[in-house]
Amino acid sequence: MPRYTLRVVGLAYLTLLVGVPVGLIFWRTFENGIGPVVDSLTDSSVLHAFRVTAIVAFWAVLLNTVFGVGVAILLVRHRFPGRRLLSVLIDLPIAVSPVVVGLALILVYGRFAPIGGFLDDHGIKVIFAYPGMVLATMFVSLPLVVREVAPVLEEIGIEQEQAAWTLGANRLQTFRRVTLPAIRWALAYGIVLTLARSLGEYGAVAVVSGRLIDKTQTATLVVEERFQNFDQTTAYAVSVTLAIVAIMILIVINVLRPEEPS
Amino acid sequence: MLSEYQLADATATLRGPVFGRRRGLAALNTGTAFGVGLATLWLSLLVFIPLGAVVWQGQKDGLGSFWDAATAPEAAAAIRLTVGSALLVALANAAFGTLIAWVLVRDDFRGKRVVDALIDLPFALPTIVAGLVLLTLYGVNSPVGLELAFTRAGVVVALLFVTLPFVVRTVQPVLLELDVEMEQAAASLGAGKFTTFRRIVLPNLLPAISAGTALAFARAISEFGSTVLISGNLPFKTQVASVYIFAQVETDNTGGAAAVATVLLVIALVVLLGLDLLQRWAARHA
Repeated sequence: MPRYTLRVVGLAYLTLLVGVPVGLIFWRTFENGIGPVVDSLTDSSVLHAFRVTAIVAFWAVLLNTVFGVGVAILLVRHRFPGRRLLSVLIDLPIAVSPVVVGLALILVYGRFAPIGGFLDDHGIKVIFAYPGMVLATMFVSLPLVVREVAPVLEEIGIEQEQAAWTLGANRLQTFRRVTLPAIRWALAYGIVLTLARSLGEYGAVAVVSGRLIDKTQTATLVVEERFQNFDQTTAYAVSVTLAIVAIMILIVINVLRPEEPS
Repeated sequence: MLSEYQLADATATLRGPVFGRRRGLAALNTGTAFGVGLATLWLSLLVFIPLGAVVWQGQKDGLGSFWDAATAPEAAAAIRLTVGSALLVALANAAFGTLIAWVLVRDDFRGKRVVDALIDLPFALPTIVAGLVLLTLYGVNSPVGLELAFTRAGVVVALLFVTLPFVVRTVQPVLLELDVEMEQAAASLGAGKFTTFRRIVLPNLLPAISAGTALAFARAISEFGSTVLISGNLPFKTQVASVYIFAQVETDNTGGAAAVATVLLVIALVVLLGLDLLQRWAARHA
């Protein structure tokens, strides 16, 4: 019965690695009822951290969506020298350690670095402030929209766009009325992936934010800080909240996936 | 009716993408040139200049000091542990990832859709939460009596968790496309199950398995969040390269941080380029 052997081995591996640990953290969190969880989550520092996470994720998703669609159109619809190089380098952020991302941004946008110093003289603080955290989050989630949208653009071809042009539509009209409806599911998928990555980013944000409680501390930074300070209840409560968001995002992704042309 | 102006405008727009191939920057229409310029500027400010600054910072005081910083006992131990456990994790993924992909495609059982969705959970879960999740099962007072906290085995488990989807998700679509008739032909000619798998299925899956394994390796050498809590960050024992870099940044030793970061960047770049070459080779021989 090799079929059953494979099934049992595969499922056992998944259960021990993912299923049991994730289930256990839910059980541990709600061990003493929902009261302590609610108390932890309504702590003012925790609420502030969730707000910081939301603000950073919002800007990172917005900017990466615009950038992602732009670069995807550029890569698929246009021919220019260095196109292949751009296509390879777009993937680079996926392979870079989040800590290295943070270090890299500090070296350029820190107060004592050339660009950072110039911006600081003009009253713009990047590192230890929102702009740096948004940059770090954008860096780590950079290719996600491009990689979802580009193959679909390739797939749909240019006939419909050409038809729109010959009928007198301008670029913006063509994009809004023809291209956008065709790529909308791939785009939604890319946006959801970017959102998941943005809400969960830890390493890069830990370096550039300075981890200032009530200022630049995000939800993921709260988990680490509270766990190290033996406030396990809050660490678990925030973790489970983030896990629930992740699971909801997974459900959305699974709903979106069949809509994609394959 | 189209005005003459609109028609001229439309043909001009069409000419750009369709006829403007390979004639250098001069032949680009303004829209393309503007887009390329904007994308390059954007990527430079966000990615290239900062990563360049890391490499620059690493060798600023000469290659000698770069080498000293990268081979300092603590740094070298961290790099060795990172590369070693990443290799181990990549190989484990090659085996278990392929097995799970096989089960998800060829096997049928109740709740398969849930299991299939579960594969993506490590991608969706924040890495620090992943670390905490593993710590509840494999930490101090482990309910299954398996205490992996502050050990190298704990680091490996954390890396296995975050790299789980790579091989599964690259092998799965290839396996779905694979024609069952070839296997049936092999079976009808008397080949056993193992022989059929080794001679028919495996060669077809190999490009996908290698791609997924390479991605898992690249992710494992750069992983930070999930290893922070479970490893305990003991230098020479459980401190991985990313955690070492973090500690150096915190203590303002940017030179030492940049040197180890450069080593990681070079490894990542080699893996990405190797992967690109592999995919080209596989596409040519498909």
